[in-house]
Amino acid sequence: MKSRKLSIPYLIWMVIFTMIPLVMIGVTAFTDKDGHFSFEPFINAFQYTNVFAKSLWIALLSTAICLVLAYPLAYIITKMKRSTQNTVIMLMMIPMWMNFLLRIYAWIILLQKNGPLDMALSLLGIHGTYIGNTAAVIVGMVYEYLPFMVLPIYTVMSKIDGGLIEAAQDLGSNSFYVFKKVIFPLSIPGIISGITMVFVPSASTFLVSQYLGGTDDIMIGDVIDKIFWTDQNTGAAISLVLMIFIFIFLVIMNLFGDEEAIA
Amino acid sequence: MKKIISFILCAVLACSATVVFAGCGSSAESKGEVNVYSWGDYFAPGEDGLMDVIAEFKDKTGITVNLTTYDTNEELYNMLKSSNVSYDVIIPSEYMITKLIKEDMLLELDYNNIPNYSEISERFKKLPCDPDGKYTVCYSWGVTAMVYDKTKVDKKPTSWDTLWDESLKGDILMINNSRDAMAIAMQLCGINPEECTKADVDKATAKLAEQKPLLKKYVMDQVFTEMESGQAAVAPYYAGDIAKMMENNEDLDYAFPEDGSNLFYDAFCIPKSCKNKENAEAFINFMQKPEIAAENCKYLLYGTPNKGALEFLDEDIKDNELTFPNEEYLDKCYTFSDVDDEVYAYMQEQFVKVQAE
Repeated sequence: MKSRKLSIPYLIWMVIFTMIPLVMIGVTAFTDKDGHFSFEPFINAFQYTNVFAKSLWIALLSTAICLVLAYPLAYIITKMKRSTQNTVIMLMMIPMWMNFLLRIYAWIILLQKNGPLDMALSLLGIHGTYIGNTAAVIVGMVYEYLPFMVLPIYTVMSKIDGGLIEAAQDLGSNSFYVFKKVIFPLSIPGIISGITMVFVPSASTFLVSQYLGGTDDIMIGDVIDKIFWTDQNTGAAISLVLMIFIFIFLVIMNLFGDEEAIA
Repeated sequence: MKKIISFILCAVLACSATVVFAGCGSSAESKGEVNVYSWGDYFAPGEDGLMDVIAEFKDKTGITVNLTTYDTNEELYNMLKSSNVSYDVIIPSEYMITKLIKEDMLLELDYNNIPNYSEISERFKKLPCDPDGKYTVCYSWGVTAMVYDKTKVDKKPTSWDTLWDESLKGDILMINNSRDAMAIAMQLCGINPEECTKADVDKATAKLAEQKPLLKKYVMDQVFTEMESGQAAVAPYYAGDIAKMMENNEDLDYAFPEDGSNLFYDAFCIPKSCKNKENAEAFINFMQKPEIAAENCKYLLYGTPNKGALEFLDEDIKDNELTFPNEEYLDKCYTFSDVDDEVYAYMQEQFVKVQAE
């Protein structure tokens, strides 16, 4: 009873800032310009299927790379001394205190023509363009979202009971089997929340692609932004489709892990 | 439970006390306020030897200015249309003024309260978007031009077709704004953007699709860093901003395309939601004082319609063609004052499609 009363402010918050906007998007997505019920916005939305596919692809790829980089890193960190662990985690967090746009600008300077990377590779006789393509967008995304993958995995791993590892060792497991039978299964909730935290924002962001991408790297967030200028209905429909895709993704993730990971 | 209730009561009391005191504070020392909704960075800010015009207004009149900013005309429109916030002064562009007047969202100005209106030159009174001169006081104007890098482009461009030049492939930037991009393409197709139809938009769309493989990027604000650091060869942009880029990179130069270009202007208007009309008019009047208009012009490097301001400007600004293009060139330019809503929405949609292909 008491806990229900305490949750009232949260419920009000949810209704005002989550439920009502969602309903408004839903209503807008199903009306035409004159305010009548219509599927037209969805028909328009499907003209951007290729952008959809590309955005989801970029997001998936970035998430996969983040996972490959973050998992061993988190594992290595948990093996360190307690005080070193805190320092390393701190170092991972510090860049996140800086404005996102500034960090993207730093990447522009690193990757641009006659920038440090270009200069260094030119000395070795390699000439190329490193900005304005999909690879640059993915590099930016991975850089941006890596901490969101490392932190949940690290948190889950560092909570694994040392007794379980010792028990496995007593039963004759070598370190590979300890990892395979104990550490990996117990770290799955961390992996799942990491994937969720990276995939969801990277599917809908557009700043990275606007700054690091070329003309072909438009993402669905960009389309929504532009369409909203003059056509809220189609914009709402695209947003809704994107939300459904992300929801399906979360449900699939949910099948692999426990429910707590998705929040 | 009792504790919670008393805590909430305390909080409520504390809040209301603050509100009451805050209310007293402002009414005691000032003559009310004016809510200005403007483009970001649109008034001289008191740096680089310029006056802080907003602070100056408050000093002279005792009226507090609450400045809020928007990035696009559409944002301004949506805010006026769908929120309850009231603004006293807005500064929309020509095509948005047409739309606001058509939808009866502006108040008629009382020009008796704006004596400095007499300083505005005739070209900028009775603008095409406000033919009877009842709703607007022009604030600034400019044209679209091309900025290019002398080390990358051999000869001064003369036409927009430089933006379609195969030999500059990968070094061309295009403006990321449907109206301006479409208009440039239309001029190359021999269409007058002032009276374009959907069929014309289709032609322009095809032209833009042809250009896309040659481009480095579609840009708005990023054009500054791209051009100033020598990352691209040529870009169309607003002339006043080109003047700023040229200050930061000596290799840059400008070109006015002979095809003509877009003459745009922003004007002060008072929306129907206004609650402080007299203060709003006082603000508009103040901004049209010649010396104040000159300060803003020095900061923006966009043209000022204020004749008196010219006296307060240095020769190098007055002679700068980017800030004040000559009259003959202006006659070649078109203004986007009355594009049909439906055509404009179609333009926007088609431009997104070009980018999404």
